[in-house]
Amino acid sequence: MEHLRINGAYWGLTTLDILDKLAAAVDQETIISWVMSCQHESGGFGGNEGHDPHLLYTLSAIQILALFNKIDTLDIEKVTSYITALQNEDGSFSGDKWGEIDTRFSYVAICSLALLKQLDKINVGKAVSYIISCKNLDGGFGCTPGAESHAGQIFCCVGALAITGSLHYVDKDLLGWWLCERQVKSGGLNGRPEKLPDVCYSWWVLSSLIMIDRVHWIDKEKLVKFILDCQDKENGGISDRPDDAVDVFHTYFGVAGLSLLEYPGLKAIDPAYALPVDVISRILLH
Amino acid sequence: MFRIRSKVKYKKTNKRRDSPPSAEIEMDSDEDVSTVLPLSQRPEWSDITPVPQNDGPNPVVPIAYSEQFAETMSYFRAVYLADERSVRTLLLTAEAIHLNAGNYTVWQFRRVIIEALNADLHDEFDLVEQLASKNSKNYQLWHHRRWVAEKLGTEAVSRELEFTKKIFLNDAKHYHAWSHRQWVLLNLGGWEDELAYCNELLEVDIFNNSAWNQRYFVITRHPKLGGIEATLDSEVDYTIKAILTKPENESSWRYLRGLYKNNMQSFVTNPKIPTLCLDVLTSKVYPVFALSLLLDLISNGFEPNQDLKNAVEAVVPESNSQGLDIAATICTVLEIIDRMRVNYWGWRKNNLRSQVAEGVANLSIH
Repeated sequence: MEHLRINGAYWGLTTLDILDKLAAAVDQETIISWVMSCQHESGGFGGNEGHDPHLLYTLSAIQILALFNKIDTLDIEKVTSYITALQNEDGSFSGDKWGEIDTRFSYVAICSLALLKQLDKINVGKAVSYIISCKNLDGGFGCTPGAESHAGQIFCCVGALAITGSLHYVDKDLLGWWLCERQVKSGGLNGRPEKLPDVCYSWWVLSSLIMIDRVHWIDKEKLVKFILDCQDKENGGISDRPDDAVDVFHTYFGVAGLSLLEYPGLKAIDPAYALPVDVISRILLH
Repeated sequence: MFRIRSKVKYKKTNKRRDSPPSAEIEMDSDEDVSTVLPLSQRPEWSDITPVPQNDGPNPVVPIAYSEQFAETMSYFRAVYLADERSVRTLLLTAEAIHLNAGNYTVWQFRRVIIEALNADLHDEFDLVEQLASKNSKNYQLWHHRRWVAEKLGTEAVSRELEFTKKIFLNDAKHYHAWSHRQWVLLNLGGWEDELAYCNELLEVDIFNNSAWNQRYFVITRHPKLGGIEATLDSEVDYTIKAILTKPENESSWRYLRGLYKNNMQSFVTNPKIPTLCLDVLTSKVYPVFALSLLLDLISNGFEPNQDLKNAVEAVVPESNSQGLDIAATICTVLEIIDRMRVNYWGWRKNNLRSQVAEGVANLSIH
């Protein structure tokens, strides 16, 4: 997993911040200097030191710096030019110079640039129309036009549309219903019809519902119970479903989901930017 | 009250271990490669000084590696930094990939070497297939496969379609494989048997949402089927049959509704649809989706007959003690039998008047 260490750092650090334990738990300077060591000469960030740059790791880098209020550490123009160069003619984004296209990358590019306040440097209209072209007849979104609706991809598309002020293109009632149908008997959420529930969907489905103002369509209490049942109460951490092994990925999504559900004692998290609300407010309102 | 029998078996994933995981993530190691001689003992590598990973004194998110992995990556780092594009580095990238197929930098360097050496692309298929048999849920593997297929062009079509079929035998909803298959069809062709393949998959598992999605993909994008207009009637008949075998199948109901997405007039005037709802309601099987579709019909101007009204009220006797109209009664019934979504059905009930007005307005535009 060393190639995606920077994702792991984002998951772990954001969880700590939601628990309001970030400052106490980590050495900010060490982390920031390590994050900067992941930057490639192109301006993009790799998953770890010595790794090739990719949009996915670039977003995590920016998000980590945002947590510490250190976005100004960056050469903003340099990172921006790395990202904008990855937009294609049809408005889609490639993950890196190798050309893979996926609506995940649309979200990552848009979220990154918004945090850097450089959203105007891409063709937002085309980016939005590409995302809309990935809308399916169930109101959901896939990774490319025609691909099956999947909660993870839906989060990316709805998040990108939210950040660019384009939510009016979403069929909120239709999508809201598809999303609330993800809740199964145990109270957990799955990502597609007839699949198993998984804690990570507590984030992707939930944040999507919140962005389109339909979160009251699920049974919140049952979902809270499901997430809490996924904890390892002896050793800490959260797993994908009850009694499985924990990992930092599911721990982050479980805690973030609980925050969206207004579980007591947690800082509020922004559903579109996937960062604490106070971090986003600080960035966007300055 | 109504049991939904899931077609999905409960997968055994990693069960909880005794030791605290903290922020450590354990490496997967590959048993097969462990019998190979360490690189430091191989004469053909004697000229290379390995470059160990520099984590610093207090690494963020520390990771526990095996010795073999650490050594292989140290040698990889050395040749990557030196930008050596040779047969031995090509082989080394394969070893590194087998130890960690998620390392995208290794994959990328492999592609650089392949291009520099003009190496045989067909070897890449074998590499990917070996890896896929161990863990096919890996973006890099699929991206690499696509890169190879793109270079080979149409000669790769049948092999790619076969490869994805093999994946579907183990996991018929594999998202990466479906994405790859769609890419192959759109960019390289091979549409001829695709609808028949969807039929096959649905025969095995009528609940397979990916297969239903692929169905829609085929009828809308197949260059020779004529689009939805030409296939609507046969698709409706197919779907109605599917629904009647498993009325608790979310995918088939959604598909039926989706066929009429831009065609409200036909949706409201096709008598087969209310007949379907009536059949499902009177046979006392899972009624939620039938009620929901009926609600959609009414919201778009359809007027149900007395049989339908009776069937609705029979789902929860006494549900219409308030003498509400049929649409409101449907919502009330759904609030009772689909408790998890009680707020959604409540919202539908409160918005009926505007929904019906909008639906009727949509009709008259046609």
